[in-house]
Amino acid sequence: MSQTAPTTCWIKDKLFFGLGAREYLRSLLTPFNAVAAMILLAGGVAAVVRFGQGLGTATNLSHDNPWGLWIGFDLLCGVALAAGGYVISSTVYLFGLKAYQPIVRPAILTAFLGYAFVVLALLFDLGRPWRLPYPFVVQAGFSSVMFEVAVCVATYCTVLFVEATPPAFEWLGWRKLRAVILHLTIPLTILGVILSTMHQSSLGGLFLIAPGKLHPLWYSPYLPVFFFISSIIAGLSMIVVEGSLSHRALHHRADPGTDFDALTIGLARAGAIVMFSYFALKILGVISDGNWTYLPTAYGSWFLVEVLGFVLVPCLLFASAARNRRPRQVKLAALLSVLGVVLNRLNVSLVAFNWQLPCEQRYFPSWMELAVTLSIILLIVLVFRSAALRMPILRPDPTYPEHP
Amino acid sequence: MMGLTRRQFLGALGGATAGLALPRTTRAAQKGTLGYPESFGVLCDLSLCVGCRRCEQACNEANDLPAPDQAFDDPTVLQHLRRTTESAYTVVNTYPQANAPAVHRKLQCNHCQEPACASACPVGAFTKTREGAVIYNPDLCIGCRYCMVACPFGIPAYEYHDPLTPRVRKCTLCHERILAGKRPACVEACPMEALVFGKRTELLERARNRIAAKPENYLHHVYGEHEVGGTNWLYLSPVPFDQVGLPTNLGEEPLCAKTGGFLSFIPVVIALWPAFLGGTWLFKRHNERQGQQPKEGA
Repeated sequence: MSQTAPTTCWIKDKLFFGLGAREYLRSLLTPFNAVAAMILLAGGVAAVVRFGQGLGTATNLSHDNPWGLWIGFDLLCGVALAAGGYVISSTVYLFGLKAYQPIVRPAILTAFLGYAFVVLALLFDLGRPWRLPYPFVVQAGFSSVMFEVAVCVATYCTVLFVEATPPAFEWLGWRKLRAVILHLTIPLTILGVILSTMHQSSLGGLFLIAPGKLHPLWYSPYLPVFFFISSIIAGLSMIVVEGSLSHRALHHRADPGTDFDALTIGLARAGAIVMFSYFALKILGVISDGNWTYLPTAYGSWFLVEVLGFVLVPCLLFASAARNRRPRQVKLAALLSVLGVVLNRLNVSLVAFNWQLPCEQRYFPSWMELAVTLSIILLIVLVFRSAALRMPILRPDPTYPEHP
Repeated sequence: MMGLTRRQFLGALGGATAGLALPRTTRAAQKGTLGYPESFGVLCDLSLCVGCRRCEQACNEANDLPAPDQAFDDPTVLQHLRRTTESAYTVVNTYPQANAPAVHRKLQCNHCQEPACASACPVGAFTKTREGAVIYNPDLCIGCRYCMVACPFGIPAYEYHDPLTPRVRKCTLCHERILAGKRPACVEACPMEALVFGKRTELLERARNRIAAKPENYLHHVYGEHEVGGTNWLYLSPVPFDQVGLPTNLGEEPLCAKTGGFLSFIPVVIALWPAFLGGTWLFKRHNERQGQQPKEGA
């Protein structure tokens, strides 16, 4: 009894916000959690079918469409939307814009969770997931872009894990270990930027091998550059979107000393510049390959929707919002750009891929693929929320000295 | 003296840098044109194929594949276009032509000289053999299916319904039979001699001779001689190749050159980013210290 007492106390303090077990469980009965539980249940059923009966039963994948939602959304969008980690940590630690310090921790946590769940999604998609380490321990395919993606994602996931530990160590009270990690901040940040440059661009590079299958408006030798630059856009915009959501949902945990709206203005300025160069490059890509003749087709209209509606429009919105200091407009622009990056990744991997196949051979995800994808998004939100509610993520712990 | 003049050193450095910057494209392409000169291939003459599907049956038997849903002598199968699957490494399709008799084409792995699937595989599960076949090792495969994305001909199929040991399935050019001195099963079964097995170089010569002998019978092009760096299956056709479902937009460069060119920039990123980022950080710290000193003095 006396031995279990400290443990119970620890659980109560650290995990249950000082509530008793029954009270804590009752506090979990919210409409949001009820919906979440239903989605996770559907995802669980899909997982049982996928691992019990194989990919063929659970997904709409085919010999013609070897990649579906789990690669197109979970991997490609997941990695792009997790780019906020390297974008903001390099801004603060390497380029010295210290004003953005308060948003480093949420961005790093989002990035780590993003990557961790990308790996989880990959385990669903791989035919033999238990062979995930094979490229590292059995035989390396050095000529493969996929191999490079695997190396970088695995390494960067580890880097992000280490970068995400300080708040956890503060929560646990492990001061020495925290100090050790904080001393590694600069090398870890540099490593993070290198690895991100490599694999963000490589995800675009994956499709370089399929010029016959990807629509010419999306296929370009610049694909790696497009993917890298748009990952910066995704990173900046996700910081705004995720920051707005968490400040609204978890406002009692937010730091009253941080003016998040003021920070978003600076992010909008950066976003406008990066998006404009991305827009210019996309146009240049179409012109230099002489593919503008495809513009008056249905695929051409869809391409214009992506490049005008979800790149140029948010770019201009960012610019005018930054000029007129309108935080609400920044949030709208950020949401549009996030959707724009998602649209681009889905276009490259699914919509414009296999464009020459007849309609009945095209891919559309099954409900089980959707359920797994939704469950994974939800798990990221839930883990982020429970960490932010307990650890010093959104505001610093006053008992610890300032961040380096 | 070191035995290395400044000029030699700079020359070597320049060469190394150029080697680094030179896209792997050129190197891969060079290797592609050399290929394996002694490798075997098959010449498929579409003007001779009657769509009897004996090749399909022979392939099925040689590879111990499950019995098909419709019998091999059922001609209704040819009414719609099919593709290779995990239980059919080769299929014959019929392509109706305007104002001309329909043309049949046999689909199977074309055994590229520089296979995109092999370059795409993150574990190197594909091997281009000296004999010409591109073969797959299921013991390495992790099931990422990037080979299926990479293949320009849409050939590899996957055992989607196997939850434990799914494999990529495709034609092996009957590699085992070739090693044993035999011809591929499909070639042996063809009653029309539409398929000819032999050294790739000799097949090219034979193909050109056939065109020269009956120029009105053929499109004056041997498909597979140069496409994506050349394939070990070669085709002669009386109609344009895009009318029999062969992609004509692939170019003559091996597909691995496109990814190889990109991958060759990775060492540059690894070399330059740390210097740039570290330099920026040092500059920032220097500025901060400069900014602090007067304050402390004041």
